[in-house]
Amino acid sequence: MFKGLVLEARSLACERGGRLIFKDLDFAIKGGEGVELRGPNGAGKSSLLRLLAGLNKPAAGTLTLTGASHEDRASEAHYIGHHEAVKPALSVRENLEFWTSFLGGESSANFTAFRLEKLTEDEARYLSEGQRRRLALSRLVSVPRPIWLLDEPTVGLDQAALADLRRETEAHLAQGGIVIAATHADLGLKSIRTLEIKRAA
Amino acid sequence: MGVALKALLWRDIALARKGGGGLGAALSFILAVVVLVPLSIGPDLNLLARLAAGLMWLSLLLAVLLTADRIFQQDLEDGTLDVMTMSAVPFELVALVKTIAHWLTVSLPLALIAPPLGLMLNLDVAALPVLWLAMVTGSFALSLLAALGGAITAGLRRGGLLISILILPLYIPVLIFGVSATSMMMGPQSAVPSLLILLAITLVCLVISPLACAAALRAYLR
Repeated sequence: MFKGLVLEARSLACERGGRLIFKDLDFAIKGGEGVELRGPNGAGKSSLLRLLAGLNKPAAGTLTLTGASHEDRASEAHYIGHHEAVKPALSVRENLEFWTSFLGGESSANFTAFRLEKLTEDEARYLSEGQRRRLALSRLVSVPRPIWLLDEPTVGLDQAALADLRRETEAHLAQGGIVIAATHADLGLKSIRTLEIKRAA
Repeated sequence: MGVALKALLWRDIALARKGGGGLGAALSFILAVVVLVPLSIGPDLNLLARLAAGLMWLSLLLAVLLTADRIFQQDLEDGTLDVMTMSAVPFELVALVKTIAHWLTVSLPLALIAPPLGLMLNLDVAALPVLWLAMVTGSFALSLLAALGGAITAGLRRGGLLISILILPLYIPVLIFGVSATSMMMGPQSAVPSLLILLAITLVCLVISPLACAAALRAYLR
């Protein structure tokens, strides 16, 4: 589905609040590759994901995405961060259907991949942390986009939901997509690369 | 893109309907003005009639300002704006559609309700249609400027006071021409130039506000 995708970074540097977080980061990630970002707290894993999502600008270096249908990197990627972008006053259905039409246009909301079928009419304020996380992760499977940027995706998930995440991630990689996850827990994927991030001195 | 913006408009209207819009608080504010002013300045009907239009404008202005911090703050805090920047929809249009939703759920209802409430201040009944027209036109400018204040202070705790300081000066032209449209000292025709200027102010805000909102919010997302 996603063919010939390459995400390439050259001597990338990131600055937050005037402080250099990392520098001279080089990598090339091809379609079908899953990458785990490793590094101690504060090494810049989340910052790198926000850079890749276009939410932040690199202090130096370049990021290029080739082989995607859009030039714009941000609209080719999903970003699941610490904040779930879930509205407590709306039901699970309203939440996911909103994001599906906002991000995808004509695709339809997928409630089954993360087993939300029984919760669709509940207001999101009554969801547990893990259920809210599953609702956020459902954006990944509802709107097809080649790049998944996941910041600690496993937080709050139970074993069954972890298995769902693993299955959907494998399926996405099999289609030629890219998954980049910052995580301390093991995602348990069959083939995965690790990218070590070191703090700038 | 149309689908996305329509979904956003409906979502914001639904959120406001479920109690997040602040229409209730804003409406109570206007009611409080209408009830308390006659008590504070006395029951002189001629004096009240002279002040009525101006007081209604003032209370509309402040009531809209009360709700300004709700336009973007929640969406910034829960990561919604992060995700919204990651789509083909220009962020300026996101800001504009959210402003339109604020107008439809807060400013427009207030602008429709306020003139009849002015009758409690002995507002001249003949002035009612002009006041309605002026308030509906001006209320969109009020929403656009409120959104600007809301965007600039979205990342600040207790940004409410700052919004007032930043945005009240920008409300002054709306206030001046809104009141002058309704004073009608030289008959009903004299309202037209003021109404047109009010419309022009609204159109200028329509161009500037979404650009400025998007720029302010982007600065917070960094």
